[in-house]
Amino acid sequence: MKKTLLFIEDESVIHKTLSDVLEGEKYDIVSALDGEIGLRMAKEKHPDLILLDLVMPKMNGFEVLEALKKEESTRDIPVIVLTNLEQMEDIQKAIDLGATTYLVKSNYNLNEVVAIIEKATKGGAV
Amino acid sequence: MNAREFFLKFNLGEECKKYGTPLWQCPQFLFVIMGLLIILSVVFSFVLGERYIRDPQVTLIFILALTGVLLSIAFTITRSFEQLAEANRMKTEFISIVSHQLRSPLTNLKWGLDYLMTEGKMQQTAEEAGYFQILKENVGRMHEMVNDLLTVSRAEQGRLPFEEKEFPLEEVIKAVLLEFHSSAVASNVEIKIDGEKVPKLWSDPSLVRHVLSNLVDNAIRYAWRGMDGERGHKKERSRIVIRYFQAGATIRCQVEDNGVGIPQQDQRFIFRKFFRSGNAVRHQTEGSGLGLYIVKSLLERAGGQIGFESEENKGSTFWFTLPIKPS
Repeated sequence: MKKTLLFIEDESVIHKTLSDVLEGEKYDIVSALDGEIGLRMAKEKHPDLILLDLVMPKMNGFEVLEALKKEESTRDIPVIVLTNLEQMEDIQKAIDLGATTYLVKSNYNLNEVVAIIEKATKGGAV
Repeated sequence: MNAREFFLKFNLGEECKKYGTPLWQCPQFLFVIMGLLIILSVVFSFVLGERYIRDPQVTLIFILALTGVLLSIAFTITRSFEQLAEANRMKTEFISIVSHQLRSPLTNLKWGLDYLMTEGKMQQTAEEAGYFQILKENVGRMHEMVNDLLTVSRAEQGRLPFEEKEFPLEEVIKAVLLEFHSSAVASNVEIKIDGEKVPKLWSDPSLVRHVLSNLVDNAIRYAWRGMDGERGHKKERSRIVIRYFQAGATIRCQVEDNGVGIPQQDQRFIFRKFFRSGNAVRHQTEGSGLGLYIVKSLLERAGGQIGFESEENKGSTFWFTLPIKPS
């Protein structure tokens, strides 16, 4: 059965590269270019996994994460934070708010991120 | 600080030029003026006090006037220090913001190239694949430089992450060896470990790994590549020895190489930001000149020390020490 992934990220290139690699037999991709739309999409589509950027217009990633974890229908969706912020306080804040994993984008290549997403959607620890 | 550097501190014109401020805002100049005024005011107070001993009001008014002048100079000095500190803070913040902003487009480039270079995704000629590889390597270099700038900015803000725990140094050495195995083989460099049984360290293992990785990376980069191009005779095989032992309450670890070495005249600048010695630039065009500055900052953060001995064309030994027990 196909899994649904929601990317909440304001960089369209990231959407394109991840979608081009992942979209197909295994995944349906839903894209949101800001936090507000992302939160609405999460409530509507109930994805299997959310990839969340932190620095975004309208509503930043921390606010989205907090709202996702407050809402009963989205509370249990695993969230992978995918950002270029790497200060300890940002990582701690995201984990405290309920992020499953925190990845610093520039430290990973595309294939590594794809492998982490695949593992997470199979229910494996990442 | 040697004697020459000590006396250079008294060259106010040169010292003030470094800050780029006008003379009347330069702290060193203002300190000298204030010092002279204090001496003069003491002498004048004494002379006036002696002459107008029966009329203390004149002396009092004079001393009050001088105190006012000294206070205004002290205020200007404080202000100029504040401005310098603010300029330094803004510079560090600027580097931090720019580095973060650069990371996003760099990630986009990196992932875009990763996609294009994934096997089976695109049909490429050998020439195109070669160009993609060049692009990927240069994105990697830029990424490294941005990371270095961020680390420097954090070091200067005193915000380097530091998580202490007990760990054996040997484990870090093995991890670093594994990391550099392929580049050592590619550069025909032999790496050996020579260590005695040492107590566990109490420090941040990722910090120690960063330090050791940088020293080993430098030793490989600046190893001889078979032939000595300048003199045309064959050098002995490049070798690196990682040696470690206990030295009092510290553990000393050193990376010895028989590489290109550092010219005598460059040695005192080697831990400065953006400095690269002349022969290093000739030998290896890549490098930001930030690596050893970062290593020194990291070791200072961990309560350690770093130093080196080097001779041009013979090799270098970079050593660092770290305390065994928590400070």
